[in-house]
Amino acid sequence: MSSFTPISALLGGLLIGTGASWLVLSFGRIAGVSGIVGALPSSHGNEFAWRALFLLGLVVGAGLLYRYGAPFGVSAPVSRSGFPAWELITSGLLVGYGTAIGKGCTSGHGVCGLANRSPRSLLATALFFGTGLLTASVLRHWLEIWR
Amino acid sequence: MSANSKFSTVRALLAVFGAGLVFGAGLALSGMTHPEKVLDFLDLAGPWDPSLLFVLAGATGVASIAFPLILRLTKPLLAHHFDLPDASAGIDRRLATGAVLFGLGWGLGGYCPGPAIALLAALPDSGREAMIFLPSMLAGLWLARLPVRAVRRQTARRSVANAELRAATPDRV
Repeated sequence: MSSFTPISALLGGLLIGTGASWLVLSFGRIAGVSGIVGALPSSHGNEFAWRALFLLGLVVGAGLLYRYGAPFGVSAPVSRSGFPAWELITSGLLVGYGTAIGKGCTSGHGVCGLANRSPRSLLATALFFGTGLLTASVLRHWLEIWR
Repeated sequence: MSANSKFSTVRALLAVFGAGLVFGAGLALSGMTHPEKVLDFLDLAGPWDPSLLFVLAGATGVASIAFPLILRLTKPLLAHHFDLPDASAGIDRRLATGAVLFGLGWGLGGYCPGPAIALLAALPDSGREAMIFLPSMLAGLWLARLPVRAVRRQTARRSVANAELRAATPDRV
């Protein structure tokens, strides 16, 4: 379906790492998206403002690439019309609840936590990668729930 | 608040916006905002797409070099102190359970939280998933925090001194 894109993947990764490092250097906070989104409703004042602005920046940054990134092979995601709604809802609840109680996602544990040499993050990353690999492989092939 | 501290708050928030901008551009460039691509990586049994390993290597590589250097500073450039999760905190069951549940959801839908937020940048073409996946994820994130917040509020109510202290402490930044 999709193809191997090592160069844009590596460059994109470098940008993700740069953005995360810049947040620590400038503001002293971890670029963990689930934590930032999760804490948004209970934050006030500057604690709310920085979270909202990071997320706004994330959306604008992605939007700029969607708009002008065609020369670099970037395209905007288009909704998968055949993808069942119940699977979107279930996966959304699992991702939200899981990252909330596991206190981190791909960015917080996977990028920042590993960079910070946190054993907690190493375990979490191994577990969500392992479970993710297993889930996708089983659902798509052995159960053939969708293609 | 003096004009000077107001200025530095604005500067700090601009820097945070810039961090989000670079982070979001990286997500879009890397291909991680395409759930099909993520699932082609996670699905080892299909025609495997290893691109995501390069994303992780690039991102974690930069951060692994930068973080230790940055943390040699006594404080960040535009804030009073570093406020990072404790890397030496212990491993508990909640952490493991949460990571497994997240992995299940990631492998099912192909979204982790960053790319899910970036769906908002691809409207209206991403509309169906933005309207179904994103609210479900926010519900999961925020519902999980509800009891904790309620307990925290109660504790604050019980301890008047604590609340007064908090009111007297200026916001960070």
